[in-house]
Amino acid sequence: MLTYTIQPKGLVSPGINTCQGCMIDVIFRNVLDILGEDTALVIPPGCAAQFSGCGPESAITVPGIQGNLENSAAIAAGIAAGFRFQGNDHTQVVAIAGDGGTVDIGLQSLSGAMERNDNILYICYDNQAYMNTGIQGSSSTPYAASTTTTPAGKPVGSKDLIRIVMAHNVPYAATASVSHLPDLRKKVKKAKEIKGCRVLHILSPCPTGWGYPSAKTVEIARKAVDSGAWVLLEYENGKVTLGRKPAALGDVAEYMSMQKRFAGIGEDAVATAAKNVTDRYAYLEKLAQIG
Amino acid sequence: MPIKMFDGNGAAVEAIRLARPGVIAAYPITPQSSIAEHLADEVAEGKIKAEYVRVESEHSAMSVCVGAQLTGVRVATATASVGLALMHEVCGVTAGVRLPIVMPVVNRSLVAPWSLWCDHSDTMAERDTGWLQFYCANVQEILDLQLCAYRISEHEDVLTPSMVCFDGFYLSHSMQRVDTPTDEEAWDFVGPYVRKNMYIDTKDVMFVNDLCPTDEHTEMKYQQMMGFEAAREVVPQVFAEYGKRFGRKLYTVEKYMLDDAEIAVVAIGSMAGTGKYVVNELREKGIKAGLLRICMFRPFPEEEIREALKNIPVIGVVDRSSGLGGAQAPVCTEVKAALLGTDAKVFGFVGGIAGRDISDGSFRKIFGELEEIREGTRQKVTRWFDAREDAMTIREVETC
Amino acid sequence: MEMQQNTPTNTPKKRRVLGPCSHVLVAYNTGSWRMVRPVADQEKCVRCGICAGYCPVAAITVDKKADLMEIDYTYCKGCGICANECPKEAIAMKPEGGEN
Repeated sequence: MLTYTIQPKGLVSPGINTCQGCMIDVIFRNVLDILGEDTALVIPPGCAAQFSGCGPESAITVPGIQGNLENSAAIAAGIAAGFRFQGNDHTQVVAIAGDGGTVDIGLQSLSGAMERNDNILYICYDNQAYMNTGIQGSSSTPYAASTTTTPAGKPVGSKDLIRIVMAHNVPYAATASVSHLPDLRKKVKKAKEIKGCRVLHILSPCPTGWGYPSAKTVEIARKAVDSGAWVLLEYENGKVTLGRKPAALGDVAEYMSMQKRFAGIGEDAVATAAKNVTDRYAYLEKLAQIG
Repeated sequence: MPIKMFDGNGAAVEAIRLARPGVIAAYPITPQSSIAEHLADEVAEGKIKAEYVRVESEHSAMSVCVGAQLTGVRVATATASVGLALMHEVCGVTAGVRLPIVMPVVNRSLVAPWSLWCDHSDTMAERDTGWLQFYCANVQEILDLQLCAYRISEHEDVLTPSMVCFDGFYLSHSMQRVDTPTDEEAWDFVGPYVRKNMYIDTKDVMFVNDLCPTDEHTEMKYQQMMGFEAAREVVPQVFAEYGKRFGRKLYTVEKYMLDDAEIAVVAIGSMAGTGKYVVNELREKGIKAGLLRICMFRPFPEEEIREALKNIPVIGVVDRSSGLGGAQAPVCTEVKAALLGTDAKVFGFVGGIAGRDISDGSFRKIFGELEEIREGTRQKVTRWFDAREDAMTIREVETC
Repeated sequence: MEMQQNTPTNTPKKRRVLGPCSHVLVAYNTGSWRMVRPVADQEKCVRCGICAGYCPVAAITVDKKADLMEIDYTYCKGCGICANECPKEAIAMKPEGGEN
């Protein structure tokens, strides 16, 4: 029943009201390119709700539902159960939620789905704050970042989603970044072939919320990876595999200086941020050495 | 039809089994827990061939149900009290996307104070969420109304979910004999689930529940309102068909000794049986008492109520929830609105909160006050008829 | 919100749907947001396709075999990611309405 007034690019409309320089479009296009038309989506309110549409107008060519902010994983689990009951084991059921809808208010239902190992792919696009509602801090907002609810900089670091995911022993989880698209595509492909609850955590810098020129989204995402502020890894069958070691591990000063959300923070705060990054990386390296 | 023994929760499970759901998602909460347990048993034993999703909360229970039913299968869940309150947000989604889910709700008080026991504060808080609401008087009705609710909710002009409400412990844990249709008889009545409106289907693409602009939102609510209006027509039809097939009469409102009554009580839920007992007692004494039981609360049957209570000068309405801050508690508010323009004097009573028994003594007191009003020897009633006299000093602590 | 109408509309048999859903694929006129536009230097461009991969609105077509690099400005928001990421600095962001 979907009526086409335009030619989609891949399975996604080319003209979507995401901000200039936002790469959620690229995440959607790549994910749906790999998963194909046999995919059902759950999208909560948030930036990605641009894709569920407004009124009769839609932006994607696969079916889905916009749920509440906190129940994406549960609705996806329900869809998967409904399909399974009807003998449909082929349709990919995918929830695509932001960091607020995942690590804050959606963590409980995601935890439930991970524990039950429901057959869903859960994707968190992480722009490290509630961007759609006006840049309020979330538990994914990093240390020292200024948001409209952490105007003096966030006094604590971010919740480590991927470690929470690993603690649920899901069959597959990975982090990715919009700067590393072949890597992202490889991980989506791998996730597609695995049954059970799979989780992808994708860094998606936000020019509006982070305060940098829209042209710099990929550059900043790459800097996050290169400095270890964002670590690329995979978790499969209980084993952690890290991506290539960050070229400039702990060198977060330049990464932070490019973003207004870190404007005016002192050297101490930069040093603390750098220590947080290197400490976390050392921990992840130890995890990767196990098994 | 076979006679089986069920407690209220057992009857709810039996009705669910007979309706053959494809997906079940339930979270245990007193006094609903045995529904969640027995549904799991039935699935484990293969008596219900469904996917059982052992959710981590009621919020997720209803979320799973929404997702699953959108794929075109009938779903089942059940809840009570704070579980229903936690579900509230998703209940609105269910209704708004017109998913005809049928849910037993075992009535239990909302916190605070904590209580495990029955009142209607949980379901009354959901009365405007967009669900049909039926309140059962006994265990038999739980089975009957639930089977009917599938037909009513799933009717293409209704497409509105149903809560089948029954009193915690009074009914949920009360073992009673239940005329139970055979699997074939019930299936012939309920029939398979057919998706009639929105769905998730990769071959027929739509995106459900996207942002609705202001220039359409009123219309979406209007559509829901029309679903309730359609239910006013569909409910009696389904009840009539059910009666014809299974020989039991179901009501939107049940009239008891009202034709010549001079005083009447409006009751809801399991208290009605006790009320009828006291009506009998009063009739023997020559007092013309009657009782009206509201069985369907949403849509609210105002015309039936107005018709049933016409010419009765003095009427009391017993609410099993406090209706804090309201002109009256919810049932009385609506009954008064239904009777607007008549000469009836309508008095609200609040009691039976959190499992306090609405006993024969309670009804004697209520009817007694109404009779005094009728005689002109009393002006006001004791609205909180069963509150203790020491209510305001129930806790006194040592000062430091 | 302007709709693009560059392909024919399917009109299957209609039926009533109650409640909120989106069912008409549209694209918004995001090209109108553009303050600067990417302009490619076809000589410098080596047809690597990096810009096309990163373009949020998939506006860039690169075909190495056909020696083609094209920018469709219909939906281009002018974000400049393509120019920023081009390893050959073959894309320049030029003001809209000015001299191109």
